[in-house]
Amino acid sequence: MMPEHTAKAFDVDLQELNKYVAEMGGLVEKALADAVDALVRLDTGLAAHAVAVDSTIDTLQREIEEKSILTIARRQPMAIDLREIVSALRVSNDLERIGDLAKNIAKRVAELTGDFHPQKLIRGVEHMSALVLAQLKQVLDAYTGRDLNKALAVWKGDQEVDAMCTSLFRELLTYMMEDPRNITFCIHLMFSAKNIERAGDHATNIAETVYYMIEGRPIADARPKGDTTKLAVGS
Amino acid sequence: MAALQNSLKAIDPLSRDRRGSPEDLTTEDVTVQDSVSIPTPEASAAMSDPVSHDQKAASGGPRRAEVKDLSFFYGDKQALWGVSLPIADRKVTALIGPSGCGKTTLLRCFNRMHDLYPGNRYEGEIRLYPEDVNIVSRDIDPMFVRLRIGMVFQKPNPFPKSVFENVASGLWVRGVRQKSIVSERVEWALQRAALWDEVKDRLRDSAYGLSGGQQQRLCIARALAPEPDMLLLDEPTSALDPVATARIEGLMMELASMVTIVIVTHNMQQAARVSDYTAFMYLGKIIEFGPTTTLFTTPNDPRTQDYITGRFG
Repeated sequence: MMPEHTAKAFDVDLQELNKYVAEMGGLVEKALADAVDALVRLDTGLAAHAVAVDSTIDTLQREIEEKSILTIARRQPMAIDLREIVSALRVSNDLERIGDLAKNIAKRVAELTGDFHPQKLIRGVEHMSALVLAQLKQVLDAYTGRDLNKALAVWKGDQEVDAMCTSLFRELLTYMMEDPRNITFCIHLMFSAKNIERAGDHATNIAETVYYMIEGRPIADARPKGDTTKLAVGS
Repeated sequence: MAALQNSLKAIDPLSRDRRGSPEDLTTEDVTVQDSVSIPTPEASAAMSDPVSHDQKAASGGPRRAEVKDLSFFYGDKQALWGVSLPIADRKVTALIGPSGCGKTTLLRCFNRMHDLYPGNRYEGEIRLYPEDVNIVSRDIDPMFVRLRIGMVFQKPNPFPKSVFENVASGLWVRGVRQKSIVSERVEWALQRAALWDEVKDRLRDSAYGLSGGQQQRLCIARALAPEPDMLLLDEPTSALDPVATARIEGLMMELASMVTIVIVTHNMQQAARVSDYTAFMYLGKIIEFGPTTTLFTTPNDPRTQDYITGRFG
């Protein structure tokens, strides 16, 4: 446990920054969960709610940025303090992007009309989003708890998300080739799946930031990548 | 210049062929380790000792001086405990630490200031390169050390003389009398100290007529005129306003290319701004030493981190 700053106000500044990031993390987690839920159950009411919460997320990101800059100007932070503030900035950027992705998923719910609701595909999306939500929760825990092991676990876990996305894409292609009337639904689902996968990438970015914050240097090894959606073709 | 150099060499027992450039520093000149290089940032991070002694990893510049296991006693009271520190040639090395940690004590060992008071005692060595001489040894007259190593103090202390006489005094003490050489040297030093334009029309006026920042730059010019090997700066800007401070910091960075600088400062941001290497001291010991960029971003020792982030005490 590090001792407190001689200037207590500095500790207060840093604690407030942490609080904002935790609050933003909580909002983003809920927004993504709600958006996917709305997609799976085709609940337009829940989708509208998920879209609306994005403005709160954006406001928080601006506040975090402002507070970080003010703290740097006033306190001339060094070493771990500087890394913490820079990390708060980076994490808030990634969280804001996840919020946007959640909003985009929610927006598509209104477009998904018609009778075509293949359960297999929807289960696939649910499963992938459950993975990503777990990643997000774990990385936010890693950030607040300054937990290096949790951050590393998230960093390595992205591979599984990428693999799921690839297999989902393949399935969607099959459905589309089977019947052209399925294409609209499948395209929306494809974009949503891609958004969920991107949210997973941002969670991994946060993990890299947490590593940097604790260790003072970037994660050296190349991240294992499993996303081969670019190469997916119909079978 | 040759005339001045010959004048200085004639009375300086420390003088060998010391106008050779640092590139002439071969491993035969130095008896310490395989190389006299400063550790690379990676090597610094990897080592367990605060200061590299067993470093085989080369690269990094040559050394102008080296403190080797130096202990210092004010009578019975020990103030420095086995301090070891490399001083990189023509770079700025900063000493930081809380009050009473021994940084000013260490600085004053370099030019034997402590010899002015009875009862003070050195153990260990400070070796000056390329001569490889222990300058705290009893065999070396402090006067000759002070001819080679200049000092600038916290409170500007110009002599009660004219601007010109202040800067020229170091030359006169060394027996340099030729008016043309002295004038040229005074102008050179005042130019280097970024003061020439402000005083060129009042060289004969009293130094006390200058502002605080100008007086401090005058003291720097005075120390520079005899072309010292090293310049010791003891909190040189703590008595000055921010503008004067910024000017002197800029000056330090320019000067470093021609003279090795060791600076003691309370202002950590200043140490981070101007120095190439920093040593963190506490209770008379070196806790951590390394390139400034590493020490202020990812220090190894938790005490260093606590100090530089303002958590100390």
